[in-house]
Amino acid sequence: MTATATRRGDKKKQKLEDPRSTEEISAERRKGRMGLYLILPGMIVLALFFAAPVLVLLSMSLNAKPPGGEIGEFVPALEFGNYVTVISAYWDVFLRSFIFALIATVAALVIGFPMAYLVAVRLRGRQLLQGILLVLLIAPFFSSFILRTQAWKQILSDEGPVVTVLRAIAILPADGHLTATAFAVVCGLTYNFLPFMTLPIYANLDRLDTNLLEASGDLYASPLTTFFKVTLPLSAPGIFAGTLLTFIPAAGDYVNAALLGNNRDTAMIGQVIDSRFFKIVDYPGASALSFILMILILALVLIYIKRFGTKELF
Amino acid sequence: MTTVTTNKSEPGTTTSSGADLHLQNISKRFVDFTAVDDLTLTVPSGTFFALLGPSGCGKTTTLRMIAGLEQPTSGSISIGGQDVTKLPSFQRQVNTVFQSYALFPHMSVLDNVAFGLKRKRVKDTLQRAKAALAMVELEHMASRKPTQLSGGQQQRVALARALVNRPAVLLLDEPLGALDMKLRRQMQVELKSIQTEVGLTFIHVTHDQEEAMTMADTVAVMNKGKIEQMGAPRDLYELPKTAFVANFLGKSNLMYGTVLEDLGDAVAVDASGHRLVMPKNRAVAHSGAAVVGVRPEKMRVMTLEAEYSPSANMLTGTVLDASFTGVSTEYLVDVPGIGTLATFSQNMGQAPAQRGETVRMTWEPEFSFGLDGNEKATEGKDAL
Ligand SMILES: Nc1ncnc2c1ncn2[C@@H]1O[C@H](COP(=O)(O)OP(=O)(O)O)[C@@H](O)[C@H]1O
Ligand SMILES: [Mg+2]
Repeated sequence: MTATATRRGDKKKQKLEDPRSTEEISAERRKGRMGLYLILPGMIVLALFFAAPVLVLLSMSLNAKPPGGEIGEFVPALEFGNYVTVISAYWDVFLRSFIFALIATVAALVIGFPMAYLVAVRLRGRQLLQGILLVLLIAPFFSSFILRTQAWKQILSDEGPVVTVLRAIAILPADGHLTATAFAVVCGLTYNFLPFMTLPIYANLDRLDTNLLEASGDLYASPLTTFFKVTLPLSAPGIFAGTLLTFIPAAGDYVNAALLGNNRDTAMIGQVIDSRFFKIVDYPGASALSFILMILILALVLIYIKRFGTKELF
Repeated sequence: MTTVTTNKSEPGTTTSSGADLHLQNISKRFVDFTAVDDLTLTVPSGTFFALLGPSGCGKTTTLRMIAGLEQPTSGSISIGGQDVTKLPSFQRQVNTVFQSYALFPHMSVLDNVAFGLKRKRVKDTLQRAKAALAMVELEHMASRKPTQLSGGQQQRVALARALVNRPAVLLLDEPLGALDMKLRRQMQVELKSIQTEVGLTFIHVTHDQEEAMTMADTVAVMNKGKIEQMGAPRDLYELPKTAFVANFLGKSNLMYGTVLEDLGDAVAVDASGHRLVMPKNRAVAHSGAAVVGVRPEKMRVMTLEAEYSPSANMLTGTVLDASFTGVSTEYLVDVPGIGTLATFSQNMGQAPAQRGETVRMTWEPEFSFGLDGNEKATEGKDAL
């Protein structure tokens, strides 16, 4: 704090006895303005494609149904009651969405980290093998998200091989099933967002200096201690990025819950928004839900960044 | 830098002074390349031992096997009489100062130094770490991150981080390699004095022959995965046993010849028509083909008129190059049949010989050394 203060003080002093001519200073100012002009296109794109939709969403969420209006007919208003209605109706679905997303994020971390470590550190220098495994990791992206999830529905279905085997070895009861359960939804989320976890961790571990792991062993740290004291802290930026990239889309996802869930006790908020919007034609309600979801995710992410942000790590 | 006394008075530090290190027929083969070739070596406890050799000769690989970071293909390693060949690195009482320092970037300097102590769960970890930092004069940098230090400071942190654990054997892999000449000389003196005071076994790897000779009690000259010769620096310098050692450790003039006659304690060698005498106890071969060697500073350069001892070895040649350096004049002299020899004469006020002048070079036979006649005279000459 004090350092910045003195530095600022220095700057001020510099200004007082600035040896540069006024032309030089105004040239510098022009340069500064030039910078502004250069970021202008970016700002416009952001305004058009991010700020505008959010504003439309916000105003839509405050619309009211006119008395005697038809289904899907709404007029501009400031109906904050919409928010009260949807929150009281769907707070449990919000909670479930975040819990599912959290479990899926942890599961993806537990599965993705060893995969990334294997490819980035253990197979370092063996480029062919690394390349093959990376392609396998990204390969699911080449097919449609919905088709992939549909495929899992087939695999996990009651007539499918997994359930048959699990029933045969009595891990599942004879009438047990996998689809239409919370377990299946979380598995689907984990599977679908796994690359978002694995790739940032891979990119980070790829730069991990293995000399540091050797130095840790040399200083009496067992492999396990080395992992927790050296590898894990050094890969924190990758884990940080990976968890955010997994959690955010998972919390708002509706495909997995729709295809692998049962519509009763596995519904996620994305699913509710989808049906409010397209089936029930409750535009203000769906908009209010979307807006709440956005704010909640934003708040959670900010807390997370504040708590684990890696800016000052090194 | 020499405030080690404060550490010494600490309880428990005297119990872990150095231990003997023994390598028995150690080899390390990488796919199709033998980096270390059947090495047998004993380093007595408390020795400052230098492993000297050109880059790529297998020094780092040897250290890594001692540290447990590399498994030998064959052979065994023991420390203090205990066989540690199969012991993982974290269970060996050995610490390494890595060539690249390998400081943990996410920890402060103090946490780096305390890392080993914390793993061993000793008491007053921070006190000891601070004392170790004080020893390398970096206590004021304790809360910095390693990346905020200069190369020389990082090197000292790496040294403190290893030393603070009082290992049985401390391994140093070219620890001064990244420092500039002045700091390097200063750190050489400091390292040596730290070693003397803590009394640990130091294995210091370097490719700088001057560094090895000034610091070490024992120097092992390594070449192509083998130890060529080992001994006290002076013994190695005065009596090299191979052309590689003769050339890599200082400079040598090596001359091919054939043993002519046995003079009892010495032999006379015919080197392209020149009769050169060398003592038998300084010669590897006493008959047949031989190489006669002499260090440049052991030769005296004189005019043809000057008198010289009749027992001395004498060669006459033409000055190819004379360079005056102040304290001395360095000469390259071409001797017919033998080739170009290097020598120099100390500046005692005499006028230096000029280029093209014919001069006489003499040296006492006891300064000659004899190598095997099959040695390649240029072996190790330009190795780095
Ligand atoms: N992991 C490895 N795989 C293959 N060759 C290696 C490996 N490590 C070292 N080498 C080779 O072994 C030789 C000795 O290496 P090193 O011990 O590092 O030499 P120095 O430290 O003396 O410069 C070098 O030629 C090097 O290329
Ligand atoms: Mg090396």
